Amino acid sequence: MATATRSARIGRLERPALTGVLVREVVNFSSYWRSATFSSTVEPTIYLLAFGFGFGSLVSTINGFSTVQWVGTGTVATAVLFSSSFPAMFGTFVKYQFQRTYDAILAAPVDTEELVTAESLWVATRAGVYGCVPMVVAVFFGLDPTWGMLAVPFIGWLTGLGWANFGIMVAGFAKSIENFNYIVSAVLTPLFLLAGSFFPLDNLPKWAQVLGELNPLHQCVELVRAAVLYGFEWNDLLRVGVLVVFALIMWRIAIHAMERKLID
Amino acid sequence: MSEELAIRLRGVVKRYGPITAVNGLDLDVPTGTCVGLLGPNGAGKSTTMRMLTAQSIADDGELDVLGFQLPRDSKQARAQCGVVPQLDNLDVTLTVEQNLLVFSHLYRIGRQDRHDAIERSLELANLVDRRDTRVDKLSGGMRRRLLIARALVHRPRLVLMDEPTVGLDPQVRQQLWALIDQLRSEGTTILMSTHYIEEAQRLADTVLIMSHGQGVARGKPSELVMEHAGSEVLEVYGPPKRLAEVESEAGAAGLKTRRTGTSVSILGLDGRNGLDGFEGERRRANLEDVFVLLTGEEIA
Repeated sequence: MATATRSARIGRLERPALTGVLVREVVNFSSYWRSATFSSTVEPTIYLLAFGFGFGSLVSTINGFSTVQWVGTGTVATAVLFSSSFPAMFGTFVKYQFQRTYDAILAAPVDTEELVTAESLWVATRAGVYGCVPMVVAVFFGLDPTWGMLAVPFIGWLTGLGWANFGIMVAGFAKSIENFNYIVSAVLTPLFLLAGSFFPLDNLPKWAQVLGELNPLHQCVELVRAAVLYGFEWNDLLRVGVLVVFALIMWRIAIHAMERKLID
Repeated sequence: MSEELAIRLRGVVKRYGPITAVNGLDLDVPTGTCVGLLGPNGAGKSTTMRMLTAQSIADDGELDVLGFQLPRDSKQARAQCGVVPQLDNLDVTLTVEQNLLVFSHLYRIGRQDRHDAIERSLELANLVDRRDTRVDKLSGGMRRRLLIARALVHRPRLVLMDEPTVGLDPQVRQQLWALIDQLRSEGTTILMSTHYIEEAQRLADTVLIMSHGQGVARGKPSELVMEHAGSEVLEVYGPPKRLAEVESEAGAAGLKTRRTGTSVSILGLDGRNGLDGFEGERRRANLEDVFVLLTGEEIA
């Protein structure tokens, strides 16, 4: 039959489909990059100043590092979290519910799996870049530049990929935008405080340390500090593994959640 | 077989919990024609449109679009379809041209053809001098023209339009009709849902009237009118009590009637003169008479 030969069977996760969704994001970014960059830069700077000088006046070193070294590397994870999970949650919900962008995209030759994948890749890339901001700011406050810093965007990207898919998943399951409050208070805030960004987890009770090891954000903090301050060790591969597994699980659940939402 | 039919639906059923939105629908859209899906709100038009892009998955029945079986091969079908949605989903902070650029990527137009495709769409929708305007600065009619231009950027073989002129001023609606008519004359296959009778009558080669998720009549608008409402209609005005009398008297004489708010229309008056006692205006029967008769619903 003529139809069989007219075009080859189109598969899953095709590059043109991913590119199409990414181009839409990049073109849109050109209209709001100023505000996004402003908030991504100012927030970590405030954290650095508040904790750096606030804490810094009480303690001279944390685990043998200056507060600028400690907090400047630790807040990379905070910046990655904020610039991935929040845009993913709110952006997905707005594009689905208010702008109906996803109706238009799914009417084109793009599947939900490709849509979610491209959106999370885009958010992760942004998070990888914005995640470096606290570190760069810290350099101006006395953090010594090292070659290891070049690994930080990639650590931020991998961490951001998991949290971007986490955000898309939350938006996929949420009935209303108010539901996000539960996630922010009950999930993101504890994980962000239990990541080791501001204080070491070693002095916490055993159960909190175990929880900390399961926290993908803590893996990000440790990897960034290894890259910038004390060099990688073999067990850092395990930390990378945790981030990869986290991203993979969130990716599949996010696709499932969005399919339920977008296809009826 | 599939080459003559751009769309072929057989026995399509779609349920949402206890509600059956589409209930055994058959639909043929021959290649190169414009078919109108006409029905009141809730008749299942939009659900049918969503099933054609596999954004709704049918519970039962067969769906073929451009020779591809849905939902399995929907992606190939979508690559050759253009969709004009009922609700505006343009990127409002982008310019006209940027919106078209994004869709030229989503519809996989190669780098060397992209520029020409965008120019052609801008010209078709008469938006050339608005190319750098942000969408949120456009009028409602221009936004709607851009939605149509966006759906045509990849020269689709089939265009799906869900209520293309809903909520627009009459003169803007006529601009859009001219645009749709131009597409039709160029041989693009169009499936258009609407609840505006005039729109269907002017643009559609054939019409499928839908009610409660089923097709209740299909054919050329003029033939449907002749078949169901005859050539002429007597419209009788009066107070509600009088209208009720007219209805029962006409019913006793074997004539069909329909209410139009302030009047009763007595249908099927070809060559009959035995209507003494009814004072009213004679007029040509139209598709609206058929629509109300078959769906039992008034339209806005």
